[in-house]
Amino acid sequence: MNAGVSFRIDFFRFLSAEGDLDPSTPAEAIEPELLLGLYRAMARTRAYDGKAIALQRTGKLGTFASSLGQEAIGVAVASAMRSEDMLAPSYRDHGAQLLRGMTMVENLVYWGGDERGSDYAVPRHDFPICVPVGTQVAHATGAACAFKLRGEKRVAVAILGDGGTSTGDFYSALNMAGCWGVPLVVVVNNNQWAISTPRELESATATLAQKAVAAGVEGRQVDGNDAIAMRHAARLAIEKARAGGGPTLIEALSYRLGDHTTADDATRYRDPEIVRREAAKEPIGRLRKYLNARGLWSEEQERRLANDCAEEVERAVAAYLATPPETFAAMFDHLFARLPESMRDQYEEARRFASKGGGDG
Amino acid sequence: MAELTLVEAVNRALAHELEHDPAVLLLGEDIGVNGGVFRATLGLQQRFGAARVVDTPLAEAAIAGAAIGMAAMGLKPVMEIQFSGFIYPAMDQLINHASRLRNRTRGRLTCPMVLRAPNGGGIHAPEHHSESPEAMLAHTPGLRVVIPSSPARAYGLLLAAIRDPDPVVFLEPTRLYRLFKQDVVDDGEALPLDTCFVSREGRDVTLVAWGGMLHEALAAADSLAQEGVDCEVIDVATLKPLDSETILRSVEKTGRCVIVQEAARTAGFGAEIAAIVAERGLYSLLAPLERVCGYDVVMPLARLEGQYLPSVARIAGAVRHTMEAA
Repeated sequence: MNAGVSFRIDFFRFLSAEGDLDPSTPAEAIEPELLLGLYRAMARTRAYDGKAIALQRTGKLGTFASSLGQEAIGVAVASAMRSEDMLAPSYRDHGAQLLRGMTMVENLVYWGGDERGSDYAVPRHDFPICVPVGTQVAHATGAACAFKLRGEKRVAVAILGDGGTSTGDFYSALNMAGCWGVPLVVVVNNNQWAISTPRELESATATLAQKAVAAGVEGRQVDGNDAIAMRHAARLAIEKARAGGGPTLIEALSYRLGDHTTADDATRYRDPEIVRREAAKEPIGRLRKYLNARGLWSEEQERRLANDCAEEVERAVAAYLATPPETFAAMFDHLFARLPESMRDQYEEARRFASKGGGDG
Repeated sequence: MAELTLVEAVNRALAHELEHDPAVLLLGEDIGVNGGVFRATLGLQQRFGAARVVDTPLAEAAIAGAAIGMAAMGLKPVMEIQFSGFIYPAMDQLINHASRLRNRTRGRLTCPMVLRAPNGGGIHAPEHHSESPEAMLAHTPGLRVVIPSSPARAYGLLLAAIRDPDPVVFLEPTRLYRLFKQDVVDDGEALPLDTCFVSREGRDVTLVAWGGMLHEALAAADSLAQEGVDCEVIDVATLKPLDSETILRSVEKTGRCVIVQEAARTAGFGAEIAAIVAERGLYSLLAPLERVCGYDVVMPLARLEGQYLPSVARIAGAVRHTMEAA
């Protein structure tokens, strides 16, 4: 029985908001190809994100949750994962998902109101986004347990927000992962807002990372807008888990520059001046400054990347808009492995009204 | 062949699947060395190891959530919730995730898991230990809800539940755990899910029951037989999806129907059966259908439990009433 312990939470930042690199940064964290890959993936995420919002505003997409300003987190995490690892994302994690292989078309199809958008061609084993906040941590814990029991060198990663750490599901799943020492990494995108509820009304703790301490899990804080530190921290945690070192929680400090979703209006509850100030610390411009200074990135490359991203997004939008809805049968076809005989009447009833969109369409 | 109690039959079924399917594992509170609070997993951790019979922290939501993650990654977890009243923390995981993972990924990820829990009252247990939440589970699309009524059915239905490719809630009537023994052949033969069983044939009245109430219904049928009333008794067994054909066939034959349900009356599963009989069996009925249920009150503690639970006398009274009607 322990009586009286103390703990500390370390904070990592290699790249300052001005784009200056800390001289202590490990060499492997700043390899040019790695950084260029992170940069391109973040730019791609932002290009997609902006277009999705525009589609929603013009009535061509349902509600969408923007990741504006938080691109470094998902991109860094996915870049540190292997394809056979498992991601259990929240609804704001398309940055990670796009890098894992989910297509823009799939994500648009999902937010457009079609379940096929979660039937990713790649990766087949990742969870779909989790809408009930915090519950995905338990799924990742279970997946990690499955990997450990089978002796597979795979890691499960869950991403959630700051508000998610207020849920019992978050804590009880992390506690379970700590008990079992499973290969799990939990990433908290602390973007300071749970819809309109600010970080200080979510928890009185000095950090969210220290919540891991109460689960017997290592917790650390990272500047989530510093793609270099974020990638490094994710890699260390994932490789530790893969080597049998157990779970880690990473609190990634960021800021939600956009609304909670397109159904939200953040001007109702927060000062635009603060948002402008936080925008100056966003991850893409920060990394670009550093890449420019190192001579790794030119104006010409920037123009080409912007063009490539815009073209890819346009192609995805065209494919999405050309996707016809499923027929009524899809509601029934995937409920069980085989539709129970007792549901045959309901299926037939739906079929009778199907050609008119359910009856009155 | 062995004479087994219901809880022993559950144990045999779990052991059989652990032995024959390496993907099966058990998880729950106190299920390891202790063998579970009702001893359903007695000896299984010693036999199959702590990696396959896993003691969990005391967190029902996390157990259910972890089982979903395991199932999606190819395992077949069988989780135990200690008492039915403690299922509620796991409801979010069951309703929002387990029941719809296949549908929301269009079959890409599936959830072949079983949630086992004791169900119902009748053993003078403490508060929150005697709930009957089957209707709210049966109301959830994507879940199967199974309630056995005997050792042999517990064995065969649990095998079927574990082998089913979708999530199954398996509610074990607490009052039957050790009430009687029955010959059970431990041969790995599963019983069909989605099927009602005719437990007793009769001409005059159809009694429909499940779980612990089946035995009250059978006792009422014995008692009524002495008055010359011949009851057919149906064991629903799988509430969802419901085999209404077996019930309707019986009502067509008898013309009378009495539904017995331990849970509170309003919006209980008996109401669904009554609606089906009204929709599709109305012209067979010689008398209005009756329900004998728990009252719409909070499940009482031990001393008033007998006042709440449907009794043989209440069931027999309802049957006589339908007989008098026509």
